[in-house]
Amino acid sequence: MSTYSLAPALPPLVKDRPQGWVGPGFTALTGLAALLIVLMVGVIVGNIAWHGAGTLTWEFLAAAPKHGMTAGGIFPAIFGTAALVILMVIALVPFGVGAAIYLHEYARPDAWFTRMVRFSVNNLAGVPSIVFGLFGLGFFIQFVGRQIDRAAGLDVVWGQPALIWAALTLALLNLPVVIVTAEEALRAVPREMREASLALGATRWQTIWSVLLPQAMPGILTGAILSVSRGAGEVAPILFTGAAYFLPYLPTSPTDQFMELGYHIYVLSTQSPDVDATKPLLYGTVLVLLLLTLLLNLTAILLRGRMRAHLAGRG
Amino acid sequence: MGVMPAATTANATPALRPLTGLDRPGARRVREALIGGLLRVCAFSAVAGLLLIVVFVMREALPVLFDAETRKEASLAAFFATAMWQPVGDIPKYGILPLLVGTLKVVLVAMGFAVPVGVAAAVFASEFAPARIREALKPMVELLAGIPSVVLGFFALIVLASWVQSMTGAVSRLNALNAGFALGLGIIPTIFSVCEDALRAVPRSYREASLALGASRWATAWNVTLPAAGAGVSAAILLGLARAVGETMIVLMASGNAAIVSGTPLDSVRTLSASIAAELAEVVVGSPHYSTLFFLGALLFSTTFLINVAAGLFVDRLRRRLAGA
Repeated sequence: MSTYSLAPALPPLVKDRPQGWVGPGFTALTGLAALLIVLMVGVIVGNIAWHGAGTLTWEFLAAAPKHGMTAGGIFPAIFGTAALVILMVIALVPFGVGAAIYLHEYARPDAWFTRMVRFSVNNLAGVPSIVFGLFGLGFFIQFVGRQIDRAAGLDVVWGQPALIWAALTLALLNLPVVIVTAEEALRAVPREMREASLALGATRWQTIWSVLLPQAMPGILTGAILSVSRGAGEVAPILFTGAAYFLPYLPTSPTDQFMELGYHIYVLSTQSPDVDATKPLLYGTVLVLLLLTLLLNLTAILLRGRMRAHLAGRG
Repeated sequence: MGVMPAATTANATPALRPLTGLDRPGARRVREALIGGLLRVCAFSAVAGLLLIVVFVMREALPVLFDAETRKEASLAAFFATAMWQPVGDIPKYGILPLLVGTLKVVLVAMGFAVPVGVAAAVFASEFAPARIREALKPMVELLAGIPSVVLGFFALIVLASWVQSMTGAVSRLNALNAGFALGLGIIPTIFSVCEDALRAVPRSYREASLALGASRWATAWNVTLPAAGAGVSAAILLGLARAVGETMIVLMASGNAAIVSGTPLDSVRTLSASIAAELAEVVVGSPHYSTLFFLGALLFSTTFLINVAAGLFVDRLRRRLAGA
């Protein structure tokens, strides 16, 4: 019965189909598509590295923009990006890992609450980044921020674009990334470890805290790194929630606005007063952001590869 | 004699100490329950996040439907009364037709480019490629996925646009074709990864049965593996589509942003997402323009949400089908 159910997928006589050049041609086309992807990655990264490398000096990394952003460096943007992703990770990782622990260690797979959480995680991952920007403005700034200002009797401190609101918006955007990778890491821990720990009399939480989490740490780290990489590269969610065109000072409080690498690229490439003078700086900034995100991604890929090899080795 | 057993016990369990405070069974039970509840709250944060997005994007968009003052300028009727998008001016015009046409054009170009390339490369990786090449290809695709969209937008704006213009002779350097290509680059990783996962989930026995019947490897891929993974391939295409519709920075930088209704991809276009990104920072909170942009956001959200739900159904179907086999 189960064998015959395969039949509809098979045409009656595969052998009668034209073989000759069609087969190798088809195979070659798929190979060509793969090659095209590799080439495009090479062209993009190569072009940016070629044009950006000359700009990349310590002065460029350590100085502030000068002369209407046609000279100087990008230190404020690097600082702002770092502050942004650090705040994001602090808000994000506990929730994401907690949710993953709940989903994998506590939840009954077919309970309605579990299904609702999984449905939300999947669909949250598909929400366009610009909608997160709208949400950040509509919820964090116009609603939460205003309520805080009203309650504290302040003028406008919290109810305006700020570092904290941009970080929280990005945290929500990256929540699915952390949940999914942390859950994968927990899944990779063999059952025997849980059973051994529980059999020794450890409680559920003691087992999670002392046995599972250390084992799952590479996976959790992978998720955190991926979220940092994505957080550093996303511009749409921070357009209205805190990123600033230019600031003469560094952000010192969570309610300050900030400069950011991705937003700086957008500004330099679309609103520069002098395109030719800006171009070297622009390429340099793009190279910095690209190197940052690619290195983070590479670390995550290697870490995950090691985790999977570790798991496969256990068989 | 009587001392010996006690000494043995003490030696075997040096870690045991008297149960006090938080270690007492009762306190332990309370702590466990508290932690369980806390973790449940963490899990609920995903649900709450999605709900809050719906509520607060809709909340700012609602005046378009219900507020009389706003509806004088921006209402559903006004959106289709004119084919002009000129929200800033003495008499603002909120015709969203150019934005819909622009989005459609860019998305069609992107899908026309990304679906064949993404699916074919996934077939190559899972069916034909030697293990070593596959292991090299997948990180490359992940690297492409890791390139921020603002960088792809930058590349399309500075480099790709010139190439596209010299190849097509388009009048406007930034146009739907250029933006569509760059957008395609942005969604290829999604299509590739989901597709490749689906193909790899097809049991080996399917392929072996086909090969044992004398079918060639490409005939097996085309007639057996691809149809068996069909639901997964559909899911991959839908997820790519949802990303293409919602993607912002690439189209904002590469499309030229002129709200023109026309049939050719060589004209500059303005998309829904790019309009929100370009205009929202400068509007007065609560103005008709502000509500309209949130309405466009709600439209984007609903569209991508429906596409994603459909993709989820396809994934479920694939899982059931392969589990049942």
